[in-house]
Amino acid sequence: MTELAVARPAPPRMSPKLALYDTAGVAKRNLLRIWRTPQMLIISAAQPAMLLVLFRYVLGGAIRVPGGKYVNYVVPAVFLEAVLIGGMTTSIGLAQDLKSGIIDRFRSLPMARSAVLAGRTLADLSRSITSLAIMVGLGFAVGFRFDNGVAPIIAGLVLVIVFGYACSWLYAAIGLATKDPETAQVAGILPFFILMFASNAIVPVSVMPGWLQSFARNQPLSVTVSAVRTLLEGGPAGHWVWQALAWSAGILVVFFAVALHLYRKSAS
Amino acid sequence: MDVAMIEVEQVEKRFGPTRALAGVDLVAERGKVLALLGPNGAGKTTLVRILTTLLEPDGGRARVAGYDVVADAEPLRSSIGLAGQYAAVDDLLTGRENLELVGLWYHLRKTEYRRRAHELLERFGLAEAGDRLVKTYSGGMRRRLDIAASLIARPPVLFFDEPTTGLDPRTRNDLWCFIEELVASGTTVLLTTQYMEEAERLAHQIVVIDTGRVIAQGTALQLKDEVGGDMLEARVHDVADLPRAAALLASLGNGISHTDPDQQRVSLPTKGGTVLLIDAGRQFEEEDIALDDLGIRRPSLDDVFLSLTGAASGDGTANLPGSKPMR
Repeated sequence: MTELAVARPAPPRMSPKLALYDTAGVAKRNLLRIWRTPQMLIISAAQPAMLLVLFRYVLGGAIRVPGGKYVNYVVPAVFLEAVLIGGMTTSIGLAQDLKSGIIDRFRSLPMARSAVLAGRTLADLSRSITSLAIMVGLGFAVGFRFDNGVAPIIAGLVLVIVFGYACSWLYAAIGLATKDPETAQVAGILPFFILMFASNAIVPVSVMPGWLQSFARNQPLSVTVSAVRTLLEGGPAGHWVWQALAWSAGILVVFFAVALHLYRKSAS
Repeated sequence: MDVAMIEVEQVEKRFGPTRALAGVDLVAERGKVLALLGPNGAGKTTLVRILTTLLEPDGGRARVAGYDVVADAEPLRSSIGLAGQYAAVDDLLTGRENLELVGLWYHLRKTEYRRRAHELLERFGLAEAGDRLVKTYSGGMRRRLDIAASLIARPPVLFFDEPTTGLDPRTRNDLWCFIEELVASGTTVLLTTQYMEEAERLAHQIVVIDTGRVIAQGTALQLKDEVGGDMLEARVHDVADLPRAAALLASLGNGISHTDPDQQRVSLPTKGGTVLLIDAGRQFEEEDIALDDLGIRRPSLDDVFLSLTGAASGDGTANLPGSKPMR
């Protein structure tokens, strides 16, 4: 005679406190991985560094910007490039975890569903911040100068990090959707190119054809670059900052939901 | 009284047009090992993924440790451990870090998961390698670490998906001993395997599945009886005689003869005993077929498996071209 097992007294339900505890565990795991692969950190900083040199010395001479030096125009954009490229490592890392089967283990454990994603994006943020710090140093080396008070400069750099963090959730969704590191890498370049080049990051929007201008003027990266430039270089920053924060919040909320949905459904 | 720790009722799962599971039923009792046996693509891994909440079933019901796999997925996960086909351990962490983090995610206390990680590293012969990065481990060490990770919180139900595939015989034997110890202490184990020897050694109950259905279940002994008891087996001296020998055996009984060209062997399920053996010997002599060996033996689980899965694939013969016992 077989009797059905009666469920044991239920283990503690998932609470925000437990979710934070799980997230800290995942972040620790990913930080250890980042620490043990320093070459990845160098590679992810090398890309924006090359773009910086390219635009400062190869193409910059041919680009006219209204009222000022091109180096002060393009370096804030390179800061955003640095954190976007940092976000790309999130998509590649998640796709690798899916492929290796370790996500299966995570999903079979009683940990919070959001912890795997939040822990990863937070750990990857350390890589973006390191890369950003390197770009600030390099920017100085090639002639970039801040021209504002300490508080707005710090606010500008924080805004770069906030935007990068929001976009890392977009990249998390890309990694989970593609499920393959190589595909994730190629797919991740698309939003990067669209955001970076169809924008006011490298050249003023006024040189673009009319149909592109309205997109290029209002897309999230352009708005954020404008906000960062005014914070670092002076000028009325207010409405740019609010718009940039609204974009970051929107990207974060939407792609947090998309990534979490993809994670729940991910059956490698 | 026996308590059902895993209970599966009419579970179905589709992937597009493919029916991976077409209504599976099974029950595993507390402190027992249930072996899920079947060829590649039979649906074994799909069932394990459903029972460990990685996939939701399209139909039917399943409960593990009293929790429904869909409605109670969250508490269920605290009661199970999973070790997969591919060792899901982190290359860039040490063995100890891998175990301690899994313990953290089971919400064990820090002192507890540290102690457990230490014990498990000792138990699985990884004490010395415990503080080395996993990327320096051999395949067998990774597999042992993966299994250790599934045990860190002492869950009452364990799922092992082909736990010993690719392990050397000694490591495999160690692992079998360890699973026996766990089960003796009341843990319930569901394992999938392609090794008959493994199922025979460990399982209290064997469930054979093919193309998403249960085609037989019972103890190893029951399954052997089901395919017709003894086997009459002849090994021919000259491989060219094999088709004639197969025809001869087929004419003697009402079973289906099985040919194994590599071993130059034909076999036939039989209940005829020695009378049939003598009869066969006489006829081989009349037909002038030289034999190296002729005898009656008990069927192995391999025979059971081939006979069952051959019949289920619909062509009514276990004598598939090139089919060999799965080892």
